[in-house]
Amino acid sequence: MGPGLLLASTSAAATTDVVSHLLVASVFSGPFDWFLGVSDIVFSWLAGVTGLQFLTYPYMQRAYLSVLAIGIVGPLVGSFLVYRDLSMVGDTLAHTAFAGVAVALFLEAALSIAVPPLVGALVVATIAALLVQALVEYTGTRSDAALAMVLTGGFAVGSVLISLTDGGISVGINQYLFGSLATVSRADVGLLASMTLVVVAAVTVAYRPLLYVTFDETAARASRVHVRAVNTLLSILTAFVVVSAMRIMGVILVAALLVIPVVTTARIGRSYKQSLLYGVLAGEVAGVVGVTLAYLYGLAAGGSIVLVAIAGFVVVQLGRRFE
Amino acid sequence: MTAVSLHDVSFSYGDLSVVDDVSFEVQEGDFLGLVGPNGSGKSTLLSLMLGLQRPDGGDVRLFGEPAHEFEHGERVAYVAQDATKTSRDMPITVREVVRMGRYPRNLFGRFSAADHAAVDDALDSVAIDDIADRRVGSLSGGQRQRVFVARALAAEAEFLALDEPTVALDAESRESFYELLADLNDTGMTIVLVEHDIGVVTARASRVACLNKRLYFHGAPDDFVESDALSAAYGANQRIINHDHGVHTSDTEDSDVDSDSTDGSAPTDSTAPPEDP
Repeated sequence: MGPGLLLASTSAAATTDVVSHLLVASVFSGPFDWFLGVSDIVFSWLAGVTGLQFLTYPYMQRAYLSVLAIGIVGPLVGSFLVYRDLSMVGDTLAHTAFAGVAVALFLEAALSIAVPPLVGALVVATIAALLVQALVEYTGTRSDAALAMVLTGGFAVGSVLISLTDGGISVGINQYLFGSLATVSRADVGLLASMTLVVVAAVTVAYRPLLYVTFDETAARASRVHVRAVNTLLSILTAFVVVSAMRIMGVILVAALLVIPVVTTARIGRSYKQSLLYGVLAGEVAGVVGVTLAYLYGLAAGGSIVLVAIAGFVVVQLGRRFE
Repeated sequence: MTAVSLHDVSFSYGDLSVVDDVSFEVQEGDFLGLVGPNGSGKSTLLSLMLGLQRPDGGDVRLFGEPAHEFEHGERVAYVAQDATKTSRDMPITVREVVRMGRYPRNLFGRFSAADHAAVDDALDSVAIDDIADRRVGSLSGGQRQRVFVARALAAEAEFLALDEPTVALDAESRESFYELLADLNDTGMTIVLVEHDIGVVTARASRVACLNKRLYFHGAPDDFVESDALSAAYGANQRIINHDHGVHTSDTEDSDVDSDSTDGSAPTDSTAPPEDP
């Protein structure tokens, strides 16, 4: 196993595991066990065909399942952000999610109130999403400035809370900052899988209003599409994606898969649906190749995935040049 | 029937008044050209007519309902300038854009045979059916604007609002675009066109509204050409021209200019108010 994948599990992570495991167990237990069983069979078959023994390791299987899920939801949600110049929304929400994690860890360390960090992250990121919208609407702040302010503000809250506990929670924080594949638990995979179902279902149902607002917001408003509701939905979906992917990718890098696969394939697809599909494929390739390289060479997983995604972008651009 | 009615409508951005006490009506079947100098509030007035913004004072009605409460998105359509980065960069086909015209009627459900037929007819009637599967970003500006008109046709909209749609087009595509609008108007579609080119408006429109914050003229194109409305409206905030006429030369954005240069509000359907001595 690559040393870069190894990060100590913490009590905070354990709490998360218990709670999300209970959540997952109560609703998805049966289908989820079946799903993991099927994927184990597939991975073992792949290991047999390719001779890659690490495909049979449960923690590697969980890592692959996680990045496969992120590779779907990242570009799927990101494509509705990128073409509206809202690419930084993902990054902003990720950094405020970090504040949510810090709040949860702080409450536990200082006041012994157990709040699962991912719940804290989801709550704070969702509030931040609505805050950005409110800043733009009511104070007339330019949206990129509002995003920059909320992004740094979120990170500031996190760092101040960490300093308040004499470094007691910084070990747990590290894992959220940089992500980790080795510590992806069954519950994390369950959370990602269920989040993927929710996000895919939401985008499928709201595809038309999302597309209309992304392409031509004024015409959408004239056609009485409820742009505000669409924006709120998009913000919440983005918060869902970054929070559920944060444990693997890390706060700092999680937004990459919302953006890079989308811009990589923007010029390839002809229709929007095609480009969505290609974006997802690019996300999957980046995730799978990144995790594999991280394992083989003992690299940081989140960083490897992002670098592979960027390499893919460069290759596609060069390919178009020489076409 | 009245498509849009404006009654004593005023609107300002903060302290800056951009539309002041404007009243007129757009009848169904009208082709209204909305002209005025830069910053005269034309685009704002258009968005008030569509109900995208609420007036600070007065009353805007769209098909009889307060415009901002109007919920029948399929009855109205909007075409902007062809300058949007999104329409050039985003991977999307002509057909996908035209399908958006059906969204107000069918936002979530499966497209019916009628939806598909309306899209095909719309593509056909603006002669872009042969490029239906091309990327919108790969089209010329003129073709792209036809796509947006096709979207309005697919919606079977009754009221089409256009905000300087030919700004980025060459003369030829401009001409054919205005012919297309005239054809649509002949089939009964109500059109409101914000346009800086006065020649186009007087040649194509059935009614003209001349705006510079206040309404300087509303009536037939022929009467507009003979009136002083144009020089009055354009003179009111253009310092150099004003200087020759002896109108006072305060800052162009100063809201006092308006009340100083005329006596009271312009009556609807009349010639321009008198200029200052």
